[in-house]
Amino acid sequence: MSSTSQPSSRAGAFVMALYLAFLILPIYWLVNMSLKTNFEINTTVSLWPNEITFEHYIKIFTDSSWYSGYINSLTYVALNTIISITLALPAAYAFSRYSFVGEKHLFFWLLSNRMAPPAVFALPFFNLYSAIGLFDTPWAVALAHCLFNVPLAVWILEGFMSGVPREIDETAAIDGYSFPRFFIKIFMPLIASGIGVAAFFCFMFSWVELLLARTLTATNAKPIAVTMTRTVSAAGMDWGLLAAAGVLTIIPGALVIWFVRNYIAKGFALGRV
Amino acid sequence: MTLELDHVSLSVRGAPFIKDVSLRLERGSLNVLLGATLAGKTSLMRLMAGLDAPTTGRVRMEGRDVTGVSVKKRSVAMVYQQFINYPSLTVYENIASPLRVAGLRKAEIEERVLSAAKLLKLDPYLQRTPLALSGGQQQRTAIARALVKRADLVLLDEPLANLDYKLREELREELPRIFASTGAVFVYATTEPTEALLLGGHTATLLEGAVTQFGPTAEVYRRPANLPTARVFSDPPLNALRVTKQAHTVLMENGTVLPASGALAQVPNGVYTIGVRAHHLGVEDVATAERTLAGNGLIRLGATIAVTEVTGSESFLHMDMGAERLTALVPGVRRLEPGAPVEVLIDPRRILLFDAEGQAIAPARDAAAA
Repeated sequence: MSSTSQPSSRAGAFVMALYLAFLILPIYWLVNMSLKTNFEINTTVSLWPNEITFEHYIKIFTDSSWYSGYINSLTYVALNTIISITLALPAAYAFSRYSFVGEKHLFFWLLSNRMAPPAVFALPFFNLYSAIGLFDTPWAVALAHCLFNVPLAVWILEGFMSGVPREIDETAAIDGYSFPRFFIKIFMPLIASGIGVAAFFCFMFSWVELLLARTLTATNAKPIAVTMTRTVSAAGMDWGLLAAAGVLTIIPGALVIWFVRNYIAKGFALGRV
Repeated sequence: MTLELDHVSLSVRGAPFIKDVSLRLERGSLNVLLGATLAGKTSLMRLMAGLDAPTTGRVRMEGRDVTGVSVKKRSVAMVYQQFINYPSLTVYENIASPLRVAGLRKAEIEERVLSAAKLLKLDPYLQRTPLALSGGQQQRTAIARALVKRADLVLLDEPLANLDYKLREELREELPRIFASTGAVFVYATTEPTEALLLGGHTATLLEGAVTQFGPTAEVYRRPANLPTARVFSDPPLNALRVTKQAHTVLMENGTVLPASGALAQVPNGVYTIGVRAHHLGVEDVATAERTLAGNGLIRLGATIAVTEVTGSESFLHMDMGAERLTALVPGVRRLEPGAPVEVLIDPRRILLFDAEGQAIAPARDAAAA
């Protein structure tokens, strides 16, 4: 048994290692570049830096035009996640617990919102926000991203909520709980992983979305991704700095993934596992 | 407190779930709702609790009309068939939850929770969460939560259905005792006639959303008012035979003609249904019946064995008589081959007699005595 399974498992491990190397290569190269001097990047090809330098990272953390990009991004991402989850919780509860006219159509329409390309909405948002003075604020981007994130969060949360037996709601009512108290004290802990997964998806979408973020901001609320695309100077590209910024951009996402790693498969199935 | 359902009906999207139910449940009484799955037991309980409002009719508690009053404002406790607890709270907090909401003093909460936990043997598990407990312990937690509340109306919806045999026996004995002292109206839904008989009290038999009879449990069992009640309150299923009485003879569906005896002798000519419980049917092979039973007043019918099931020390014999299927529960191990001809013996004093509309005909005093 073991004599036959060993070679095949070794082959499997080899294929897996190859695949992982393939996946990790660009990230490694990014980290590699971020630690080299621009001179080294432009003149040689090396698998690891000849001379490790942190000058790019230091520049990002000390130059306000750089670090404010991160602050702006994190601000609108956090705002968006909070707004999306706050709005999606009651909506998902309604979809999961009550039947009303057009419920199924409305529910599907929510998801179809998610299918529209963001570019479609860039112009109306730009015009609207310019008119009401929201342009170039974190709120502009946070609210625009709600268009995609609220439906997604509703779908994910509805799946998790439908997994909670309705009898728990009734038992709470029989016990005398008021609805808000039941919802916060009893119900939300039961779908905590769902809230985590929904928040993760909102975070990720908002963090990586570029088009709306760039269209709706100019200088004050400029996100980091936009800062990065505007580093071309007369002296050419500042490769090392860009690579360092890239590494720092990956970190928040990786951190969030780490926290929800156990629930993510369920989240991709929209809670319906 | 008393609970009164006054011509209560419930329809959901035009489909009737509960049909014109009137019941009066007394203070401190134990009431069993007996009916098959989908007979409307849960729907009726939800109406009693106030989780649903009836389409027509009134619900009164202690004479006060509470129709449409939110369940939060009523004094109700309910235990479901599924083990429903708050998974994120400890067993202690689960039991304490209705008291915390009611805003009781801390000392009083602790006292009530601990005494309920002791009664239900949950004291070693108070700091665990419900999902870390066995099914029986989870259901005990739910029962304890219903108990501490000291509600006026306690509804148990097949609380033991998902438990294993031994626990079920144990809890069934304890439950009426635990709640008896509280003076609450106690309602217990079950699908099993045996369970209703073991619990005692009063029984309402339910069929397709209607109560077919309500009365003391033993009374309903012995003297069902109509054929549906007898059918609901019978496990294994009731043997029902349609007969036509003419003068002094009784004509069976399969053509057999018998002399009219027992209760059948006293009724006018017409169509009737004879109900016989499985354990009141005797079965003998033809030769034995000829030899030993001639002229002792038993009704004898020819049938053939369809299936034999032996359950330990008793045997179920399923027999075909013409188009009709009879089931007998006889003592001892009886292995009869399918197709074997047998004589089915019915004691005319033990039959339930129903008229063409299915209403019981005033039975003889000892009819169908267990």
